[in-house]
Order: sequence, then C-alpha cells, then structure tokens
Amino acid sequence: MAAPWTIDGVKEALAAKKISARELLADFYRRIEARNAELNAYLALTPERARRQADRIDALVAAGSPLPPLAGVPVAIKDVISTRGTKTTCGSKILENYIPPYDATAVERLEAAGAVILGKTNCDEFAMGSSNENSAYGPVKNPLAVDRVPGGSSGGSAAVVAAGLAVASLGTDTGGSIRQPGSFCGIPAMMGSYGRVSRYGLIAFASSLDRIGPFASKVRDVGAVLQVIAGRDPQDSTSTTAPVPDYGAELGKPLKRPRLGIPKEYFAEGMEAGVRKKIEAGIALFRKLGCEVVDIRMPHTDFAIATYYIIATAEASSNLARYDGVRYGLRVADDSLLAMYRKTRGAGFGPEVKRRIVLGTYVLSAGYYDAYYLKGQKVRALIAQDFRDAFTKVDAILTPTSPVPPFKLGERTSDPLQMYLADIYTVTGSLAGVPGISVPCGKIEGTLPVGLQIFGPPFGETRVLQLAHAFENAGGPEV
Amino acid sequence: MKISREDVLRVAELAYLDLSDAELETYRAQIDEILEYISKLNELDTSKVEPMAQVLADDQTADATLREDLIAPCAVAEDVLDHAPDPEPPYFRVPKVIDR
Repeated sequence: MAAPWTIDGVKEALAAKKISARELLADFYRRIEARNAELNAYLALTPERARRQADRIDALVAAGSPLPPLAGVPVAIKDVISTRGTKTTCGSKILENYIPPYDATAVERLEAAGAVILGKTNCDEFAMGSSNENSAYGPVKNPLAVDRVPGGSSGGSAAVVAAGLAVASLGTDTGGSIRQPGSFCGIPAMMGSYGRVSRYGLIAFASSLDRIGPFASKVRDVGAVLQVIAGRDPQDSTSTTAPVPDYGAELGKPLKRPRLGIPKEYFAEGMEAGVRKKIEAGIALFRKLGCEVVDIRMPHTDFAIATYYIIATAEASSNLARYDGVRYGLRVADDSLLAMYRKTRGAGFGPEVKRRIVLGTYVLSAGYYDAYYLKGQKVRALIAQDFRDAFTKVDAILTPTSPVPPFKLGERTSDPLQMYLADIYTVTGSLAGVPGISVPCGKIEGTLPVGLQIFGPPFGETRVLQLAHAFENAGGPEV
Repeated sequence: MKISREDVLRVAELAYLDLSDAELETYRAQIDEILEYISKLNELDTSKVEPMAQVLADDQTADATLREDLIAPCAVAEDVLDHAPDPEPPYFRVPKVIDR
C-alpha cells in the first residue's frame, strides 16, 4: 500500500492542483467500495454532503483563496456523534432510523475547517464495549488482521484510518474507546482533557467521562484535528475556556529533558509478555531521546475497573432512560404507556446495553446507593489524587494502552467481566479527566500492533503530543 | 450471592426494561460476578474522602460557568416531529395514560 495521505499532503496536492478535492473524494469512495464489505467499518456514507463540501474547497483553490486547515481532508465520524440529516444509530437497533436535526459541534467545526465528511463509522452499541462486537450491525474487522477485532468502542473510526479509507476520524472515549482501538489498529489516537472538546451532539453514555477525540495515521494530524475541534462551546457548559495552544507549532520544538513516570502498578501482572517486551523497548527509546525515566507509584490503580464500572453504568442507566419510544427511534406499540416503554427498550437494546442498564440502575437504587455509587465516587477521588501526586514528580506517565494485542473475533464475548478487566490501563485516565494518547509501539512478531499510552496533566495536550511525535519520528512504531 | 433474581426483576422494573427469563438468569449470574469483583472497593477506607462527581469541579471551577441566557433561533420542531414514531404536530402521540 502506498504511504497514507496526510493532512499536509492533501493540502499541498490541492494547492499545486495535482488533484481536486472532488477527485480525492471519488478516490476515497472507490477505496471504501472495494474494502468496506469485508471490514464493515462504515455504517453509512454521506456522498452528497461530501461532494458539496469538496466543491466548496475546489472553488477556493480555483479562486486562489487561502485554504482552511483541513481543506479537502476526507474524514469519518463515529456513529454516536450527531450529523444533521444523516442517520446516527449509535450501533443500536433502538436508533436504527434516527436522523438528528442538528450537527455536533465537533462535526460543525471540522466542516468549517474544510474537512470532507465521508460517512459514519460502526461502533459498539452506545459506545459500550472494547471489541466492536456489541454493534447491532455486526462487528468491524481489524484491517491489519481480519480475523481479529479492531478494538472498541470506536472500532470503525480506527479501522477506516488504518485501512486508508479516511485520512482522519473522530471517535469517543469513555473508558478507553479511542485509545484502545488506536492501539489495536496500529495508529495514533487521542483523548484530550475532559472539557477540552465540546460534547454537544455526542449522544451521551456517561457524561462525566465521555470525550470526543481524533484518529489519524500520524501524531501531527491527530494534533491538527484536535486543534480544530477543541475550545469553548456555549452549548456544553463543561467545555472550558482554557486557551487552545497551536499544537502544530509546538510539535517541532525540542524536548526539554522531560521526566517520565513508569507506574509500577501498571506493570504488575496480567500483561502479555509480547506487549511487555514492546513497551519496554518503547521506554528505552524515550531514554535514548534524552528523557529521564523514573519509577512512580499510583496505589489506587487496582481499584479503577471496579470504580469505572459503577460510575459508567450508573450514568448510562440515567442517560439511556430517554429511549422510551416517544420522541425518536424505535417504538414497540402497546395499549399501555408503561408496557410500550418496557417492550420498546426490551426489543431495542442489545445484551451489553441491557446488562449495563440493570447494573447501573442497581448501584443507584435505594439501599445500594451508598455502598456502590457513593463509594465509587470516593474511590474516583483517590484515583484522581494518584494522578495529581504523580504530576508533582513527573511531566508525563508512560503505560501500555492494553494488556493484550488484538484478539480473535468471538474469543472473549462470553465473559463480560474478563472483557472489562482488559480496560485496566485506560479507565484510570478517564476517571481522572487527564489527556492521553496511544501511539504505535511496534508489532508482536511483526503482525499484531502494540500501543504505548502517554498521559499528561490536565490541559497538557501539547506535552503529550510533543512526546508522541518525538517517539514516532524516532522509530517508535517499529521498535 | 450478591444479587437475586428478585433484585434483577425489581431493577428491570425501575428501568422499564422487559427481560426474558433467559436474560434474567444470564444477567443475574454475570452481574453477580461483577458485583463480587466490585466489592474489592471495601478494602479501602474512604470515610474521610469527599466524593468526586465530576472532573471540572476540581481545578477548572472558573470555566464551568453558565452561559448568558440569550434567545437564539432553534427551528428544529418540524424536523424532530418528522422523525418521531407517532407524531401529531405539534405533539407526540402516546397510548392513553390516564384511566377515567
């Protein structure tokens, strides 16, 4: 396969009139046509919208006008992010025919920056899952090994970039749903700090954890997409006014001998030997780059999964109460209103979503609230404190993204708890609200990709991107 | 055993969620195992810890402000009703709720 398109590559080719935005778009739709039946990564394409946008960009080129930062760049959007006039199913039967009347802010900003939206990508139902096998529309295949999962829940958004079916994409991350599929598909993938990117138009799973973030084939492009979607949005009161730095300009600056922390608890047990070997080689590469690497302790790490699955399911049970067959989506008719609710929800939700609604309702219910939900919120505070303590000693934290490489389809579907436990390295940062990136860190036996995760302090996106970029340039993806 | 069949039934009722007998038993067993795992949190003394409801309250308080209450156009009513399961503009129609 030829080297993948980059954002700068697209812009240069357009400016030099080597290709038009319309031709580039047609080329991507041809690739999608050839590969999507196998991968099942796109759920819907948006050719009319894409052509209108491509024509706008071509008109700018023809007029010699300055091109916006993502001019003509073909992008894909996870199907939990609202797109006006295009079905947004959340990978669920309950929203099979749902057409949002508005665009998410992140989508609006991408398009305002010149990006061309190709379509919507498959994902675990309501973003609940780590393998993309919980989609009501079938699993996505990993483009690097089609008998294996692409990771989840943003499996489609990771797969389309890895397969060259989009230059960049948006995913969402609640407990690892951007970083883990990025790791499994061998591409960089990032969640900014909680509050960095507006959630307006993101269909809610767990509101105190949900974040929108980018996938691309290079760290520089991850930064370029984040640049466009980040920043205050009056429609989301949790989006912050903290200024958005110029990530691209910062990437070129030399590293100032950063101190990187290796949390002992992340390297204790449960990590596959092949992953460990690559991560250790990755850490050695950071040393070679002049970073100081020190051991740190994050003593509450082992409690993160339990905490996460209380808080995430509690918030989900509340957020998903809105699917009742009244205003949108599926309705299963009945003479009684309550029976209509029960039947609609029983028929519309898949097994993982039902399991989480039951668990989340239970931990919030009278008599159990203090023992579970309140306890979870308190341990969340301890986990966040671990991160605050760590960042008084180090500039960033290095960990594996996942304890295992991409596994075979169907291999882990029978045991939900085992599936949850594999989220151990990603849920911590989700609970604490810090930014994190997964950057490719070699392949086990040359085939199965490993991801190295870099956590930074709140609003330390620049540092996270600088480190990932330096690692990528120094050959990190081939260690 | 952390959770009984009756507990799952009660919770499903709270969540307005129809579950088949097979689903009831599967979820009961799986959630039981998950709750067993979650009980490891009891190893931690949290009596002096303040619960954390959200991230921003921590260090970004100044940012989590409300926007000004300004009137802005939001003409989506027709779109919304167009895609409703059983619309009767300007209403959503539902089965009769009140018995006479």
